[in-house]
Amino acid sequence: MHGTFGETADAETAIIPEMKHHSYSRVVLGRFMRQPVAMTAAGILLVIILAAIFANYVAPADPFQTRVARRLAEIGTPDRWLGGDELGRDLLSRLIYGGRISLSMAVLPVAVGLFVGGLLGILAGYAGGRTNMAIMRAMDVFYAFPSILLAVAIAGALGPGLMNAVLALSMVFIPPIARMAESVTTQVRSYEFVIAARLSGASTARIMREHVLSNVAGPILVFASSQVSVSIIAASGLSFLGLGVAPPNPDWGLMLSALRQSIYVNPWVAALPGAMIFICSVCFNLVSDGVRRAMEVRR
Amino acid sequence: MLLYVVRRILYAVPIGIGVTFIVFSLVHIAPGDPISALLPNEATQEMVDEARREFGLDRPFLVQYAIWLGNAAVGNLGTSIGSGRPVATEVMSAVGNTFILATSAGLVACILGFLLGIVAGLWRDRPVDHIVNLITISGVSVPHYWLAIMLVIVFAVDLNWLPPLGIGPDRSGGWRPDWAHISHLILPTIATAAIPMAVIARTLRASVVDVLDQDFITTLRAKGLRRQSVLWHVIRNALPTALAVMGLQLGNMLGGSVLVETVFAWPGTGFLLASAIFQRDLPLLQGTMLVLSMFFVFLNLVVDLVQSATDPRIRRT
Amino acid sequence: MTVDFSRMQAPLPLIEDHGGPQQPLLIASGLRKEFRLSDGLFGGRTVVHAVDDLSLTVGKGETVGIVGESGCGKSTAARLIAGITPADDGEIIFDGESFWTPRARIDGERRRAIQMVFQDSASSLNPRMTLTETLAFGPRAHGVSTEKARAYARDLLGAVGLPPARFAERYPIQLSGGQRQRVNIARALAIRPRLLILDEPVSALDKSVEAQVLNLLVDLRDQLGLSYLFISHDLNVVRYIADRVVVMYLGQIVEEASSADIFAAPRHPYTRALFASKPSPDPRKRVSAPPLTGDPPDPVNPPSGCRFRTRCPIAESVCAASRPPLAAMDVGGTGHRAACWAALPGSGHSLSPRVPASVLGSVQ
Repeated sequence: MHGTFGETADAETAIIPEMKHHSYSRVVLGRFMRQPVAMTAAGILLVIILAAIFANYVAPADPFQTRVARRLAEIGTPDRWLGGDELGRDLLSRLIYGGRISLSMAVLPVAVGLFVGGLLGILAGYAGGRTNMAIMRAMDVFYAFPSILLAVAIAGALGPGLMNAVLALSMVFIPPIARMAESVTTQVRSYEFVIAARLSGASTARIMREHVLSNVAGPILVFASSQVSVSIIAASGLSFLGLGVAPPNPDWGLMLSALRQSIYVNPWVAALPGAMIFICSVCFNLVSDGVRRAMEVRR
Repeated sequence: MLLYVVRRILYAVPIGIGVTFIVFSLVHIAPGDPISALLPNEATQEMVDEARREFGLDRPFLVQYAIWLGNAAVGNLGTSIGSGRPVATEVMSAVGNTFILATSAGLVACILGFLLGIVAGLWRDRPVDHIVNLITISGVSVPHYWLAIMLVIVFAVDLNWLPPLGIGPDRSGGWRPDWAHISHLILPTIATAAIPMAVIARTLRASVVDVLDQDFITTLRAKGLRRQSVLWHVIRNALPTALAVMGLQLGNMLGGSVLVETVFAWPGTGFLLASAIFQRDLPLLQGTMLVLSMFFVFLNLVVDLVQSATDPRIRRT
Repeated sequence: MTVDFSRMQAPLPLIEDHGGPQQPLLIASGLRKEFRLSDGLFGGRTVVHAVDDLSLTVGKGETVGIVGESGCGKSTAARLIAGITPADDGEIIFDGESFWTPRARIDGERRRAIQMVFQDSASSLNPRMTLTETLAFGPRAHGVSTEKARAYARDLLGAVGLPPARFAERYPIQLSGGQRQRVNIARALAIRPRLLILDEPVSALDKSVEAQVLNLLVDLRDQLGLSYLFISHDLNVVRYIADRVVVMYLGQIVEEASSADIFAAPRHPYTRALFASKPSPDPRKRVSAPPLTGDPPDPVNPPSGCRFRTRCPIAESVCAASRPPLAAMDVGGTGHRAACWAALPGSGHSLSPRVPASVLGSVQ
């Protein structure tokens, strides 16, 4: 009858510029790399994280080695480049080692929140109806606490300790991530391509795996990554209150709390652990901003 | 509208009950027998059993919860282990001090955040926008307890302009709006206001930019409306979002106050909570949490209602 | 390049015919769907009757068009028939077999017999999948190996006019609206259905692209022996593609007839108004008076009796009293039916035709 629409479709393509067929993740990565601020922040974070991982090679001194003569030493003292702490330990080494606990304490709760909250949210969003009601109302209850207050109260009740702090902080991040995951999933579920997949007779598991997950993962991950900067402030806050690791261990929040007594003697040394928390928090914020911008769909 | 108000209030009831349940459970997730914290170490088994009966700990969990909730409803929050005084009395005396700090920090955060956000949004991508961006990025990322210490270092230790801690020259006379008290208030206010200020500024900038991009603003400008009149339209349309964020940030300030009040030894609810944790004073922890979280639930309710009054499009059910 | 399905190696078998050529492919009977807008605080409910007692049939190889204003329930009807939205009441018989009822639903192979093509939009295709992946998904879900499904997907792309060498690895964002709609059609066809429900398939497209896509649909129908249920608000499009037309108003069918009959002699005043509002390219036929005044009534509280009476130029008291049945308009059995008291002999409406003696005789 008409025979020639193969050619007419070709004519239509002339309007659309020929694009390279890059996968989505490579496009996002490329856009991220073109943002100097975000790249710098990512670089700083990478240095801090690598230094923490390889602390035994990088740190100039033993972080537990006390030396009375170097108590609260000035910044720039020969074997105490960033000064000494209240027991004369090398502050630089303790800051480097401190990244291990402080960063884990910040990232782990968000990871748990991402896993548990993401799972609950996607489940609530895809199932809808009563399942959704039950899950989301329960989340609302946890949402009804100011975030840091909830973490402090749970950690306070459980008592000090790394695992308790991570558990308490996880409870803070599950509800917002679940809420985010639920709203994205509910939206994706109503899209025609998901309806078409359901009509084709595919199993729910297959639709989830191939259509839903790939479309909700991005926004959920970006949101979770934006929570890391909140988490590092909250986690170090718990340590600051003495609800994290026990004293001889190096941890930025705990160090800040211990050195607080010394602000009249050597204020700038006392401020350093807090500066580390601040730098990491800013960098996490800038990186997650950059990722979000890189993922924005521009047409 | 009235129907919405009633429904929104009814919706807050199960949330409030859920919150009380979690607060009650706090004592029971604590390791060990809650009784052991109440009694001296050398207590005999009879004393322990006696105390268990007295506190109703031999009853089923839900019965204990019901009894506790009933007592809390009439203002009986139990007795503080640390001071031996009723928890309600302790919390009430602290609430006033937190209220002072929260009000002053809230005002600073809202006013500054509002101004910065509008300025940055109106002059988008100009130098002033970049400066505001720098301030707000730092603001949302700053550990407020560290900011508090830095403020003490600079203004109390180095410059010796302001007192480093406390609520006033003496603890007896109560708070008065004189310089002696206000000078104690300045640093805690800045430390508490930093994060909410930054969040409010960022949200407001985003909504101003959003409104400016909408067609009706272009129309207003094309019609030759003066700049001030356009500004008024922008603010009116950005206001509901700003209000919501302000409300939530005021609530989160309560959470942040735990750390700031600890740094400044400000005798408010946050300080009370921190000392309850140090002394493992579980009834005090429970009571303080109950009051703070119920206030937060109430605040959320008010924010929703105010927001739906200013913008009927957003009504949550 | 022409579409040639006969040369394609389809990995899924055709769904074989059960009922023979006389058995309608689709019989929808008594479909009903209510949407609860919001549960009031004290049990007060607002209920919208989106689809109210809708019955229709689609014959084998037939294209049935559904037309009506936006909000008349035609899209809801489409989703009910496809089984996307669960119905409150009614049944779908497909080729003589129960396809679904509110309690049961067909399983397995035969489920793929009814597929749907949606209006083109950003969300009609998965933005994270290449076109090959999108088209291979359905067959893979039915047990076809990934390799075979991908090869078939490339063939399908060619069959809908998108050369696979250039389009196979593209993402939806790299397509124009017309191209996306070709992919949507290919996706529906990939699992070899017998009935396609097309919900405003060309409404979002430019006029020139619209014609290309319509031609593609006609070609595919003829080659594959498909049946279409074609939903549109554009009467020109429906007139071009449909064999039979169903007119809906406020969730109910008000008239149905063959395409030729209904455009030549519409019997329901709503259909007449709808046709009068159709824009004509001829300026001499321009009408200045609006054929239909006022908004459709509130679907929460539809008018009593005939739902069109509030906007009907010939409404009388009988119209408010009771709902007119969808009745045959002629004795000859052409299937022209309308739900209007004025068209029904002996209804008591002043314009109703006098009852022919022959019909009276046969009834008594």
